[in-house]
Amino acid sequence: MAGGATSGGSAVTDTYKEARNWLLLPAWITLGFLVLAPVLLMLVYSFLTKEFRGGVIWEFSLAAYDQFFFDRGLFGDDPAQIEWTYIAIFWRSIWQAGVATLLSLAIGFPTAYFIATRPEKQRVIWVFLITIPYWVNLLIRTVSMRFLLRDEGPLNSFFMATGLVDGPIHMINTNFAVQVGLFYSYLPFMVLPIYAAVERYNFTLSEAAADLYANKWITLRHIVLPAVKPGVVAGCILVFVPSLGSFLAPDLLGGAKNFMIGSLIEEQFKGNAGNWPFGAAASMILLTMVLIILVIYARAQARSDKEAG
Amino acid sequence: MSLENPNAIEVREAVKRYGDFTALKTISLSIKDNEFFTLLGPSGCGKTTLLRMIAGFEDVTEGAIYLYDEEIAGLPPHKRPVNTVFQNYALFPHKTVLDNVAFGLQMRGNSKADSRKRAGEMLELVQLSQFAGRKPSQLSGGQQQRVALARALAPQPKVLLLDEPLSALDLKLRKAMQLELKHLQRETGITFIFVTHDQEEALTMSDRIAVMSSGELQQLGDAREIYESPRNMFVADFIGETNLLGVSVDRVEAGQAVCHLGGGHALTCAAVEDVAAGSDVHLSVRPERLFLTPEAESADGMKATVRENIFVGTDITTLVDLADGPQFTIRTSNSERGNKRIFEPGTPVFVNMEHGAARLLVD
Repeated sequence: MAGGATSGGSAVTDTYKEARNWLLLPAWITLGFLVLAPVLLMLVYSFLTKEFRGGVIWEFSLAAYDQFFFDRGLFGDDPAQIEWTYIAIFWRSIWQAGVATLLSLAIGFPTAYFIATRPEKQRVIWVFLITIPYWVNLLIRTVSMRFLLRDEGPLNSFFMATGLVDGPIHMINTNFAVQVGLFYSYLPFMVLPIYAAVERYNFTLSEAAADLYANKWITLRHIVLPAVKPGVVAGCILVFVPSLGSFLAPDLLGGAKNFMIGSLIEEQFKGNAGNWPFGAAASMILLTMVLIILVIYARAQARSDKEAG
Repeated sequence: MSLENPNAIEVREAVKRYGDFTALKTISLSIKDNEFFTLLGPSGCGKTTLLRMIAGFEDVTEGAIYLYDEEIAGLPPHKRPVNTVFQNYALFPHKTVLDNVAFGLQMRGNSKADSRKRAGEMLELVQLSQFAGRKPSQLSGGQQQRVALARALAPQPKVLLLDEPLSALDLKLRKAMQLELKHLQRETGITFIFVTHDQEEALTMSDRIAVMSSGELQQLGDAREIYESPRNMFVADFIGETNLLGVSVDRVEAGQAVCHLGGGHALTCAAVEDVAAGSDVHLSVRPERLFLTPEAESADGMKATVRENIFVGTDITTLVDLADGPQFTIRTSNSERGNKRIFEPGTPVFVNMEHGAARLLVD
């Protein structure tokens, strides 16, 4: 009897395991087709030979990576030197995305904090207001931003009308315009995770800090920030990563001088002039960079947790 | 208010309104130096609001609050030399136990090393030294409670505010902590203001108790006063168990009121001010001050029938029906002597009152 009961128990566990595998199938299919397959496809393409009218020849080649990192002269027979062009574009992309992320954080954190501290019924309305502009297509929003920042645009008209400046401030086709554009494109991705974290925050902790002689600034830095840090980190990643690969804002607001990695990749796949393996290689390098940044962050986080614990 | 010994806290005609809602209706009270003072009342009576006004988390709509003769109503919480033990402790989750306790000391300008050293001493006082390096989440509720206490006491506040600090603990731990808090107050000499809805807790610990309900102060006095001489119906009913009976006053003579209750049972008790012949008032008698006898012992004995005996361990609660009158609850201690006063249900008995047990309540 006892043996029968035991084997019955394990049969139940087996059935459960089998059911679980089947139930996970949709997740695996989604992951496989929408995440793994495209990345693998890009990886494979980056190691193929380019076809001149776009597309690829199925022949293994390192040419795309070679072109990214090394300069071998016009005819490809000079000794290899480091090619700085693409690395510079890469560096500029990181810089622009970084500034846009800091801008979003500087504006997004107070906004999120403000919304999370409103009475509960008002919060929905504020979140709604934050998201409304994002129902409009990104392209249209970016074009509108171009219109706003023009020399003859409303911002400059306003500055000149109030006598703040004599002539228009030149903003369009500058790094600044790109940073503002990126900031505006991804602001909700900063606000929403921070809002969620601040909303969960136990404000009695702030009262306890004030009770123990901490002023508002110290309370914010030493009590509130550590508690909502996961939301801040999520927000920064959600703004930084798409900014890094963005091409609309740099194209429309930055002009030719302020090229970013996203535009570089976009061009390789557009029309007949592209170079698919090179675009794929640049994408893979971008992906690797992002992964390295995330891993470094995760390591640092784990270490600081260990120290604190 | 003498000059050498100012009151720790003096609340003068303080009012708190939220829009149209008045949470606190014109309260004035003085809390003495080195006193264990309790604000007692049901939830929503305004006791926590008053405590938060003293701490600085709520501003005072009208009136003033003085801390050792200094007006504090306008100061932000971080500038008031009072500390709070919060209901759910509010320990900083990312800081160690030691750093939690050191926080207030550091904010007052002590060096990090100095703060930690003194925080360590505070942890010793609450017997938690071995947990100094842990995070609050790794401690039990009772331990977290002690950390919260150590953290609030570490900066040596002039007044310690405790907002229902024991409500989350189980009964045994709560009883132990009650005594410990009382001793801690004696040792440190700091004025404690303790908020609770638990009347037993209030009676056990306090030097004086302020009973509050619906934003008003109902009575202020020491435990014995509050229990034995409740000023009104609310206090009599809220503190302990009591028999509340409607009575008619027949006449008042020589400080004694002669009354009768339903069924025509007559009784005499000490008159209070404002009580006049012919008025209908209430009378409160504590169950432990009533006893049953098989025969009438005096003229005041009231004829009744035993309905039910309920065994509650230390006591036996007996319900009796007065002949043509109301029901009485009587408590008899579970002792050899007490058990002689227990009768089987259905037995006809006489209900007797100890001298001075009945108290008239005007409202």
